[in-house]
Amino acid sequence: MNLQEIIDKLELTVLTEPYDFSQVDPSFGYTSDLLSCVMAGARNHGLWLTLQSHINIVAVAALLELSAVIITEGALPDSSTIAKANDQSVTLLSTPLPTFAIAGKLWEMGFRDS
Amino acid sequence: MTSTQEQHGRKGRVVTDQNAKDITRVEELAYDLKVQEVMSRDIKVVTADMQMEHVLEQLRTEHISGLPVVEGDEMIGIISLEDLIRSMCAADLQAPISKYMSPEVIAINTYDPVVEALELFTKFRVGRLPVVDENGKLQGMITKGDITRGVLIALQKDYQEEEVRRYRASHLFEDINSDRTSLILRYRIKAQDFIHGGNASSNIKRALLRLGANPQIARRCGIAIYEAEMNQIIHTTDGGIIRVEIEPHRILMQAIDEGPGIDNINLAMQVGFSTATEEIRELGFGAGMGLNNIQRCVDKMILESEIGKGTKLEMKIYLQPEESFREVGHFDEDKTSHESTRNHR
Repeated sequence: MNLQEIIDKLELTVLTEPYDFSQVDPSFGYTSDLLSCVMAGARNHGLWLTLQSHINIVAVAALLELSAVIITEGALPDSSTIAKANDQSVTLLSTPLPTFAIAGKLWEMGFRDS
Repeated sequence: MTSTQEQHGRKGRVVTDQNAKDITRVEELAYDLKVQEVMSRDIKVVTADMQMEHVLEQLRTEHISGLPVVEGDEMIGIISLEDLIRSMCAADLQAPISKYMSPEVIAINTYDPVVEALELFTKFRVGRLPVVDENGKLQGMITKGDITRGVLIALQKDYQEEEVRRYRASHLFEDINSDRTSLILRYRIKAQDFIHGGNASSNIKRALLRLGANPQIARRCGIAIYEAEMNQIIHTTDGGIIRVEIEPHRILMQAIDEGPGIDNINLAMQVGFSTATEEIRELGFGAGMGLNNIQRCVDKMILESEIGKGTKLEMKIYLQPEESFREVGHFDEDKTSHESTRNHR
């Protein structure tokens, strides 16, 4: 399942500069709002679901080379966070739904830790 | 510069920041390259009194589609394949060139950018243009093929320069002769500076990749430095210093600060233990996992701290397995310390 399909099916809002998301195949998902847990648990090129929306999520996503960060519960990062994400080629996506719902939907869509 | 500010590009075209970013290197080259850099200088010319038969011969042997007509140094017209066909239809190959040539010559200057030539090609539907200098003297011809070749050569040059730069960085340690070569990177970390949190680690990771480090190693260093960097931002009184010493056989990372110091290192090493405030925890820090993450990423970690004096965290990653020897860490009476060696890769 590519990132474009995930964005379409979950009706995610793309907050950063779009590119060809259909070329990205996130093969792993991780959920936590604790940055050090993400550092320990998330894998390369995975998706990260969090309700954190402050600037430090960009550094975490960039260091781990994550495919995208899905910011849940409608939390909106400020413009400097989005600018830094664009600068570091980090994709930020947003949804009004809570993390639990998004993780559940991804699971239902057949998205698994492969 | 903000996106509302605009600058006027060449030829009065308004270039906004947004579309300036989209301009490709090829388009840039079309402005940078001058006609004289790509034109053909070795050109065939004819004079007005020659017969059309001579044009037929020249076009056939030179595989070209037009010729400038000159009188001395000066260009007085152009004779093209189309003109030749007209003369052939009239079975008039013995006629002088002057009868069929176009005296109206569209020429381009040697110092014009090639984009100008491209515009003239489209505007007048021609495939070649004579090139003249500032005195109107014929200097050469330019075709679309010449431009394509010129752009490709320039791109090739760009590419080679980039290759050389990369090669230099990735062979730094091989190219410099000394008994022991190391590269030291230093970063000053400010307390409570969450905005720049992660900058030092990103920069270090990028530098390592640039130096040709294996991506896995660069990632491990990035994670370890990130945690050390955030610890300095969150916990220190006056920030600290991150120092990374890169050697061919190992990477030594040090995070040094001058306080407040860690009260109980064994407790600090416990997963889930954190002294971070509620406010900081709300940002997702203070999970009590930072030091453990570091331990997981490095081959050797030594943590020393003294209340009121500060904390020194030393992390090592060995770049070749045979060199990952055990070192005896020092243990001071007045200081508490923790030392660990990573036993898996």
